[in-house]
Amino acid sequence: MDFFSSLQELHAGLLKREATASELADLSLQRIASLDDRVHAFLHVSADCVAAAKETETVIGQERILDGIPYALKDNMCTRGIETTCASHILKGYIPPYSATVAERLNDAGAVLMGKLNMDEFAMGSSTENSGFFPTRNPWNLERVPGGSSGGAAAAVAAGMVPFALGSDTGGSIRQPAAFCGVVGLKPSYGLVSRFGLVAFASSLDQIGPLTHTVEDAAIVLQAIAGKDERDSTSANIQAPDYRAALTGDVRGLRIGIASEYFGPSVEIGVRNAVTKAIALLEQLGATVSPISLPHTEYALSAYYLIAPAEASSNLARYDGVRYGVRAVDAGNLLDMYEKTRSTGFGSEVKRRILIGTYALSSGYYDDYYKRAQQVRTLIRQDFLDAFESVDVIVSPTAPTTAFRLGEKVHDPLTMYLSDICTIPVNLAGLPAISVPCGVIDGLPVGLQMIGRMFDEQTLLRVAHAYEQAAGMAPLRPALAMGVKA
Amino acid sequence: MTALETVIGLEVHVELGTKTKIFCSCAVEFGAPPNSHVCPVCLGSPGALPVLNEQALALGIRAALALNCSVPAQSKFDRKNYFYPDSPKAYQISQYDEPIGQHGFIEIAVGGEKKRIGITRVHLEEDAGKLNHSPYGDVSFVDLNRVGIPLIEIVSEPDIRSAEEARLYLEEIRSIMQYCLVSECRMEEGSLRCDANISLRPVGQREFGTKTEIKNMNSFRNVQRGLEYEQERQTGILARGENIAQQTLRWDEATGTTLVMRSKEDAHDYRYFPDPDLPRIVLSAAYIDARRDEIPELPAQMRERFEREYGLPAYDAGVLTASRGLAEYFDQTAQRVRDPKSASNWIMGELLAYLKAAMLEIDEIHVTPFALADLIRLIEDGTISAKIAKTLLKDMLDSGKDAKTLIAEQGLIQISDEGELRAIALRVLAANPKTVDDYRAGKEKALGSLVGQMMKETRGKANPQIVNRVILELIAGGE
Repeated sequence: MDFFSSLQELHAGLLKREATASELADLSLQRIASLDDRVHAFLHVSADCVAAAKETETVIGQERILDGIPYALKDNMCTRGIETTCASHILKGYIPPYSATVAERLNDAGAVLMGKLNMDEFAMGSSTENSGFFPTRNPWNLERVPGGSSGGAAAAVAAGMVPFALGSDTGGSIRQPAAFCGVVGLKPSYGLVSRFGLVAFASSLDQIGPLTHTVEDAAIVLQAIAGKDERDSTSANIQAPDYRAALTGDVRGLRIGIASEYFGPSVEIGVRNAVTKAIALLEQLGATVSPISLPHTEYALSAYYLIAPAEASSNLARYDGVRYGVRAVDAGNLLDMYEKTRSTGFGSEVKRRILIGTYALSSGYYDDYYKRAQQVRTLIRQDFLDAFESVDVIVSPTAPTTAFRLGEKVHDPLTMYLSDICTIPVNLAGLPAISVPCGVIDGLPVGLQMIGRMFDEQTLLRVAHAYEQAAGMAPLRPALAMGVKA
Repeated sequence: MTALETVIGLEVHVELGTKTKIFCSCAVEFGAPPNSHVCPVCLGSPGALPVLNEQALALGIRAALALNCSVPAQSKFDRKNYFYPDSPKAYQISQYDEPIGQHGFIEIAVGGEKKRIGITRVHLEEDAGKLNHSPYGDVSFVDLNRVGIPLIEIVSEPDIRSAEEARLYLEEIRSIMQYCLVSECRMEEGSLRCDANISLRPVGQREFGTKTEIKNMNSFRNVQRGLEYEQERQTGILARGENIAQQTLRWDEATGTTLVMRSKEDAHDYRYFPDPDLPRIVLSAAYIDARRDEIPELPAQMRERFEREYGLPAYDAGVLTASRGLAEYFDQTAQRVRDPKSASNWIMGELLAYLKAAMLEIDEIHVTPFALADLIRLIEDGTISAKIAKTLLKDMLDSGKDAKTLIAEQGLIQISDEGELRAIALRVLAANPKTVDDYRAGKEKALGSLVGQMMKETRGKANPQIVNRVILELIAGGE
């Protein structure tokens, strides 16, 4: 048993007493100890995780799959009593007085928190190089980025340090790192998972979701975290259905749409081939494939880079050094304190986006930028509604490339932004989408993205699971993780 | 020089009387120890999210309807962004272009004439915190108890033409809010606050003059004083041929002047945008109707009814409708007595004096409207004299006992038996021959002395009308 086993297998092992929960926590600690000095996925490892695991040992029951299962959280989800930094210097030392709803729900389900995971600062980035502390490396190739912003989460799961992790996805931040690291990453429909306790980047786009080795594991974790939360006014008032029951393996008659807009010239040939093969496999399984059009896709990136920074400029204004986090020590007056605290506390990408967002909302520019971007957003949402008249799921590459080298794009923000070209429209429309591995090129995984109808995670998971079973690829195990003694 | 006209518009903030804050469940309590009513939501802790308090929405809608506003089926919350330590999120959740109420009005009485003041809008928002600056000037203390207390902002049209009208408008707003149980509107506690825009223009000119905004007028008196001062100041500037500078001013009570806070160039760009954490407010017609049904008879309507139904003078109707409690007290009393004006006299005289001296509200006293009406009826049917009633009312207020019990206990029933009074009067006249002679000599005052003696003999229980008549008859008969 290791953390490439499925959650169901780990659960069965615990039930049969082949291992105890504290042994699983120990195993996770060992994996972190032996690998993380190279991968740098964790920002913080929980000191009392083994004790917490021990507590679950008496209660493990048939129906409680997550009892005693170790996991980790991206460091933008609040954990009571445990430092939560969003990988930013400005929140260094910040210990939240409360836990995010997702952390509470996983705790209630018996899962054991191992620690907090690295990310691009405030989730702004696509490579985890924007972490204020250090970059995370891709377990498949340590010279490559794990993607971002949930790079720590993807790398920790890919390297087998934890069997699952939660990330957050504002423009692709779960799916793109999942693709780069060869794991499954699910962004649920906006409103399905509570954002309470998720440190906001762009409130109308942010959504929490699982990173796992298999689609079934993603369904299990989603089941535990989905559903109405009275503390989040944007959480949808719907009862989460039984997601695992949807995994029938049967996609006969299912209609798959292929949008040419997602296969533009920026998509590398290897990625294109892997995705094409995956589509062919789905067809063999009985799905029908037809071309669709999402005509406003080309405006998605521009709209996103106005809306997300606009919201961020407001969401991040509270980091002023007054109440928590870091305060500049040598300030002469209030304004000086704000300026010094924020100038030294935030990294350059965060500052760039705050500036863009502030500009977009400014008097005289609002109509041309923020308002126009919202209009584009409506058109993009309409594109998807139109497409879903004739298809059930839309399939595309998750990212146009495989994992790029550290430093390759970090000084070229516009090229970096293009890594999210296939994922961003989905956030603008609020739809659910999943990335599953569909191949390995030159030792680097490729991700297949599937996009579903609003709140139709069941169909989405059914297709992803059927593909995964037929492709026989999961779980993908990087070389780094093979030589490690468990 | 041409005559100038004053143009004033008021922005009034009213704290809604909810138990908890607008976006979290922290208690609302005035005067609590600093930072004792705070939580991750109102502290703006990373990751915390607002959830609208439905009671705040209901009170806000009720208030908007009471101010004759139209309430649209949809509205939304926006963020008003600014950096200041009183705002832990660095934005205030407010409403920008889709407020809960628009196009309302109220009426005030100016010199006996009704005047309508338009209300541009009513919007919901959260209050900010309070800064206490150290007297040594080195630090400021932040108290966030007030952050997130629900407010409505009521913006008037520039229809107000004098400082007095501004005060009347504000008093009427307070009265309406109190009647609707929207807010207690205690200016001294900050649950009613008022900023004013004021400008001058030549009479007959349509365009507005350059305005100034005055803040920090924290009592009704200060609103009037501040505006009168500013009107004078602007008049002086214009008289010298100079221009008004568009500024935000602070009323300084101590010096009785306005001081510059900031000029137009320092104006904030608040970068309003829709708050993505809060869904749009969608109201059904049934919901709005239910809020309308919660509105009681308002002070203006009540004043009118008191004049019409009870024949009260306008002055009495005005005094008695100053608060809903008082108005209802009068209403219930007046319904149970023969002469409503006597109920008005008793309440405006004895009762209000007592309330003022004892610093009590009308709903905090022992004497119910029923008990007061009983007392008045005892006077009306001649059981007791007005003089005794005064003493009795005081006893009723102190003891909580009703008039009949106290009369029985103290044997206070009025002596109206003419035979009995005639016998006493004969004794009094016999004992005071000089006074009788004085009266006969034309000293009218001597009669009062004789009546006084009668009252003394009967310990005040003699029916004064009969006493008067009997004495006069006896004096006349003795000639």
